[in-house]
Amino acid sequence: MTTARAGTPVRTRPNWLAGGFVTLWLVIVGVPIYTMISWSLQTRDDFLDHGPIALPRAITLENIAGVLDTGFVRYLLNTAIVTFSCVALTLLVAIPAAYAIVRSTSWISGFAFRIFLLGLAIPAQATIIPLYLIINRMQLYDSLTAIILPTVAFALPLAVLVLAGSLRDVSDELYDAMTVDGAGPFRIMWQLVVPMSRGSIAAVGTYSALGAWNQFLFPLILTVDPNLRVITLGLQSYRQEFQINLPGMMMAVLLTALPVFVLYLVARRWLIAGLAGLGSR
Amino acid sequence: MVATVGAATGKGAGRTPARPRPRESARPATSRPSSWYLAPAALFFGFFAAFPLVLVVYLSFTSWEGIGDPTLVGVDNWVRLFGDSRVLDVIGTTLLLVVLGWATQTPIALLLGVWAAGQQRNRAILSSIFFLPLLLSTAAIALMFNRLFDPYFGLAAEFGPFQNILGTGPGALGAILFVTGWQFIPFHMLLYQAAARNIPKVLYQAALMDGASGFQQFRHITLPQLKNTVITSSTIMIVGSLTYFETILLLTNGGPGTATYTVPFEMYIRGFRSFEFGYASAIATVLVVVATAVSLVIVKFSGFTKMRSTLEGM
Repeated sequence: MTTARAGTPVRTRPNWLAGGFVTLWLVIVGVPIYTMISWSLQTRDDFLDHGPIALPRAITLENIAGVLDTGFVRYLLNTAIVTFSCVALTLLVAIPAAYAIVRSTSWISGFAFRIFLLGLAIPAQATIIPLYLIINRMQLYDSLTAIILPTVAFALPLAVLVLAGSLRDVSDELYDAMTVDGAGPFRIMWQLVVPMSRGSIAAVGTYSALGAWNQFLFPLILTVDPNLRVITLGLQSYRQEFQINLPGMMMAVLLTALPVFVLYLVARRWLIAGLAGLGSR
Repeated sequence: MVATVGAATGKGAGRTPARPRPRESARPATSRPSSWYLAPAALFFGFFAAFPLVLVVYLSFTSWEGIGDPTLVGVDNWVRLFGDSRVLDVIGTTLLLVVLGWATQTPIALLLGVWAAGQQRNRAILSSIFFLPLLLSTAAIALMFNRLFDPYFGLAAEFGPFQNILGTGPGALGAILFVTGWQFIPFHMLLYQAAARNIPKVLYQAALMDGASGFQQFRHITLPQLKNTVITSSTIMIVGSLTYFETILLLTNGGPGTATYTVPFEMYIRGFRSFEFGYASAIATVLVVVATAVSLVIVKFSGFTKMRSTLEGM
């Protein structure tokens, strides 16, 4: 038992096959990322002169200015508003729901659990036409609210199920103790449920933030105003604007990922937990 | 889909959502939330996810051009759908992408995940590079590769046979497979890594004592132990690849011609470009039916309910 150092197969000799395979995958993952970074750091002329693979002769940040000139900050702000609202709303409604599913004795909570479970399988793509109709009828078409509402709805099944999963581990004694102290359900939720499920809340929050940050489909069909573009739609519009300015385009792609990369550095644990643990979409 | 949650919490699987009941009637009743705590979530989900799913079926029996009210036209859209050879082609393309995507992504993700599960330092460092695609949005990845595949200025220009990869039907399909694999393999690798780390080490020690080679260990311990993860990952992969949309729109725009039209893309074009929302709703309904059927078939035939069975006798 104590001799096992490695997690999986205890190797007796170097595994050349695995080494070769991993190296190949490193090339497949690395070359596009290297190319993207390298292009975005050189001027257009340098790029055209030296081709796609060459190292940048002189590193320049002028592409950043080029991207910022084209409404990038506005798109970033829109995405930030959407992301923040989605995370806040998702947690605000998912926490009480998970609490009720785990603790309520009503048949409704069991039914709701099953509905959310089925909800995981709904392909968002299939609902865009009815959503377009509903949002139009609600007079919300072409607003950030139009993006936020369905995004929250589709984030909920996973959020509720994961939170409920972690709440099941809270022992009955803790609930009883709080009741003896005279706490009602709301205070129990606030002072017991929320602190006890901090880990899942962080993972659910990170995951729904990523989903909201990266989403493309709902903004595409529910907004038209260039001033309301989220960052992914902004990227799409750059494809036309930077048609032959490949370094500019790559810098734009890189800048959209920058906030996520920062998140990856500071909250790697939650990000990976959010991605691996929560599965699906 | 149950698998997702099971894998997610690591404990929830197999448990029924049984409502806890007071065990001793003598004790003062614990405060319990009323069902109203569910109301906000139910309202959101019901109105913006469940209701649209019903509405799309209704809309498939109407004609609507995006303005005014949808008018009922009976089964017109459905009659047209069953006689539409283009829709058949589109379904064929979609299924081809699903099958080929699964067949390429699963072995690569499994091998990488098992490799990354090792505790060696170099594996940890390389894995964190392998996870980088997870940080990019689908739109960003599709646009990045769209530029990398540019036949004049892109990387593709340097590699002879790939120069015009997006210009031919098979080439464009291959490009979609490559790009979606590039994007999603890291995620599935993460699932396999987590699962491989949970395989009891005694199994390998026992195998080692029996003189099993590395390959034999992989074949007879790792693979069987990962069976449940294969099912979870495959379900996510298959249902996910039925709904590829952004990658198609931004990488190939369905082209060349209609060679890379998928079901969601065809639905989008019919609806939001040709304004035949009724017909597009019929296509959307097909998508829902196929996605549900696929999930159910996987759940039914994979012994999903026996999720925990590999740990029997441990």
